Amino acid sequence: MSNTDSFEEVVKTRREEKFAEFDTTEKGVLQKFHHALHTNTALVPLIVLLAAILVFGLILGEKFFSPFALTLILQQVQIVGVLAAAQSLIILTAGIDLSVGAVAVLCSVIMGQFTFRYGVPPFFAVLLGLAFGTAIGAVNGWLVSKVKLPPFIVTLGMWQIVLAANYLYSANETIRSQDIEAQAPFLQAMGTTVKLGGANLTFGVILMVILVLVLAYALRSTAWGRHVYAVGDDPESAKLAGVNVHKTLMSVYMLVGFICGLAAWVMIGRFGSVSPSATTGVIGNIQAITAVVIGGISLFGGRGSILGSFFGALIVGVFELGLRMAGADPQWTFLLIGVLIIAAVTVDQWIRKVTA
Amino acid sequence: MSDPILKARGLNKRYGKVTAIDNCDFDLMPGEILAVIGDNGAGKSTLIKALSGAVQPDSGKIWLDGQEVAFASPNDARANGIETVYQTLAMSPALSITDNMFMGRELRKPGLMGKLFRTLDKKAMEDFAREKLAELGLMTIQNINQAVETLSGGQRQGVAVARAAAFGSRVIILDEPTAALGVKESRRVLELILDVRSRGIPIILISHNMPHVFEVADRIHIHRLGKRAAVIRPSDFSMSDAVAIMTGAMEPPASMAA
Repeated sequence: MSNTDSFEEVVKTRREEKFAEFDTTEKGVLQKFHHALHTNTALVPLIVLLAAILVFGLILGEKFFSPFALTLILQQVQIVGVLAAAQSLIILTAGIDLSVGAVAVLCSVIMGQFTFRYGVPPFFAVLLGLAFGTAIGAVNGWLVSKVKLPPFIVTLGMWQIVLAANYLYSANETIRSQDIEAQAPFLQAMGTTVKLGGANLTFGVILMVILVLVLAYALRSTAWGRHVYAVGDDPESAKLAGVNVHKTLMSVYMLVGFICGLAAWVMIGRFGSVSPSATTGVIGNIQAITAVVIGGISLFGGRGSILGSFFGALIVGVFELGLRMAGADPQWTFLLIGVLIIAAVTVDQWIRKVTA
Repeated sequence: MSDPILKARGLNKRYGKVTAIDNCDFDLMPGEILAVIGDNGAGKSTLIKALSGAVQPDSGKIWLDGQEVAFASPNDARANGIETVYQTLAMSPALSITDNMFMGRELRKPGLMGKLFRTLDKKAMEDFAREKLAELGLMTIQNINQAVETLSGGQRQGVAVARAAAFGSRVIILDEPTAALGVKESRRVLELILDVRSRGIPIILISHNMPHVFEVADRIHIHRLGKRAAVIRPSDFSMSDAVAIMTGAMEPPASMAA
């Protein structure tokens, strides 16, 4: 050892301080709460959801606080709920998908037209619709992961392409509910109602809940889920740590396309008919992003839980139904949702402050 | 002396018109700490990336334990027991210590749950992570599930080194491990490095910090203009000699020239 470098000697000998120790002193209530939120981001939307149900329940009484009304909310949010589940996955990878609603509408048109125009058995028409959604997802994923285009641009373009293709292919023809019911009831399978006491659940609602639970499990307890978070957090680090970033992104975008296909099937069940001009094609993406943001998933990627987006979708549903039942102008719903979005991101920023 | 555990001969890598490494040789002996120093742009990062699989050399050969190898990716090198701690640490701040330690090589539960549902064996991973941190005297990190972003710079480095030591069975490469750290934290990381060597794992240490290099290294590989200018022993030369060789102010001694 050389002679000139004794300037660090003092540290070598006098080092009573611990190196990697954690402060375990009692924290204040707010800090504990902050820590709980940091580790479990779905907590905020859950609290807001329960509070909203409570407030509307107190104001509107039985009318709102009944199994019928509460399950009606589930039915009203089923499409957005499924799309929000898809959107959550993309946003967790620090992307955004503007095409989810349009893809869902196109898939529903494919399911309908393949059955009625080409005589494909409904079961296979649904499978083809799901496959088509997956394929569009694969194109999005490839453009994002291989060509390295920003997800916003890719899906902005894909949104327009898919929406236009949808009108061109369907010639803006709606397939009537009665026809589907008579000739291909399988297409409406997701609309099948299950009665439990006063509660009305449809297969679509059940599918949404199962989908959310399965994704929550996959994200939390499988290697794939951990990789999704790692890629969203810092793709470069994930790659160096041994994660196949391309494969992870492709799997996410394809899965999202597939889920959009599921949303298409749920749509047919909900509306009865197949309509290329369903509003989902135009506002489905924004509705899904709204649910995700209110649900506390960070738009910067890598943070949040899919249960949060589910609660986010339900919060929107509770506000819509509650305010309508209270006889308020529907614009109040949008105003309050706007406030919620900004509040949710504010809370997100606060949660991200680790040192608080 | 025994044969090198990691050996490279005639490595070349060009980026367009720039030659990053030019017919470069490299030797790492078993159980030693080999420091790699060189001025900015001398090509030491490219050399290290070639050894860790992050870059594929245009020509030249690499032998690991006497067997010729060609790494197509960092995962390839890792599968062969070469672990790298990157300067950026390659950790996901929002994920836990355990998640980060096992990133890319997660353990699944045995039996049906692991096979069919691909459930992670969180308990086994946590136990392993705790054990490895304890081995390196980092047991004061109590909550193995806390997010990496809540750790200090030194603690993060500690976790990264522990990750490398836990899985790197043959060679550990450390890229500027003390560059971002304070004096005390650097000291602790240097102790960690010596600790890892005492387990018999050879280490390649890339550093700009001469005092640190001269303190812990057994041999110093001086990189200049894309190739190995000399390999010296810190006991035979002063820091200013090393810097002189590195910058070309001094010709490498004939006996040491590679």
